[in-house]
Amino acid sequence: MEADINTSTQANTRAATGAVADPLRIAGRDYRSRLIIGSGKYRDFAENRAALEASGAEILTVAIRRVNLGQHSGEPSLLEVISPDKYTILPNTAGCYSADDAVRTCKMARELLDGHKLVKLEVLGDQKTLFPNVTETLKAARTLVADGFDVMVYTSDDPLVARELEEIGCVSVMPLGAPIGSGLGIRNPYNIRMILENATTPIIVDAGVGTASDASIAMELGCAGVLMNTAIAEAENPVLMAAAMNKAVAAGREAFLAGRMPRRLYASASSPTSGTFFPPL
Amino acid sequence: MELIVNGEPRSLPAPLSVAGLLGELGMTGRRIALELNGEILPRSEFGQTMLSGGDTLEIVQAIGGG
Repeated sequence: MEADINTSTQANTRAATGAVADPLRIAGRDYRSRLIIGSGKYRDFAENRAALEASGAEILTVAIRRVNLGQHSGEPSLLEVISPDKYTILPNTAGCYSADDAVRTCKMARELLDGHKLVKLEVLGDQKTLFPNVTETLKAARTLVADGFDVMVYTSDDPLVARELEEIGCVSVMPLGAPIGSGLGIRNPYNIRMILENATTPIIVDAGVGTASDASIAMELGCAGVLMNTAIAEAENPVLMAAAMNKAVAAGREAFLAGRMPRRLYASASSPTSGTFFPPL
Repeated sequence: MELIVNGEPRSLPAPLSVAGLLGELGMTGRRIALELNGEILPRSEFGQTMLSGGDTLEIVQAIGGG
């Protein structure tokens, strides 16, 4: 099943070498897929699981919230439908507006997931933009790294902030491409490029992707991966969009590795200009 | 005794352990994490930890999110 989901190139290379070709390495662990997806906004768990399978993603973000103490307490929970044994669960701190709340959420997540250290830190600044509160993000990152967490951090596309988060010891820096849930694509590719030039950790675009080409653009810039939720969950056909994103991320990665041709203002003929059987222009 | 569970007041007969409370709430065996008065309480201590009047508990789980 897994091989069916991956691109044939990846599958062939893996079969030949027995190792993961061109892995995404985060906190010492290798992943075949460079796509990380969220688990919010789906119609139900079944749709979420089908999208996850179609996406090829191996890392799934989840939110930490109060249990419902009402009459629905017998319903299955997300982690009973999508097993932490099969996927890397990435708990987020969505909804936190202070470093203290984010740190508390991560500690709850660690307990919930039996000592799991990998977290997605996001400390938000305001409800309208969901832009990060960078000051609180830096503060939370320092506390979490000191406490032994492996921190993947959502942040602005500011290269200096990205560098500081790396210096603190975050295992991945995840600048936004556009506001969370906006689907506006990579609004400032030049900032992402500046972040990439100085990067010492995997840079993952988190937020802003709207459709497959946006994901490819992020990967063609040289990003290590893309994290998305709404672009898949709010597509008219989420499972089909998940499959599209799987290919878009893989295609963008291959294009980046292949190295694109230079841009030219004028044309460059692909067929020989000599040897024609009619007079040249 | 009066407890605050996930922000809501609840009246429960003492003595009651954390494991006992989870049983009352129909949550035995569920994958949850729990804070007692602002501190994480490891799952291994649910059985031996007795609740007192005025205790505040937060019980959380993983749900869909981005």
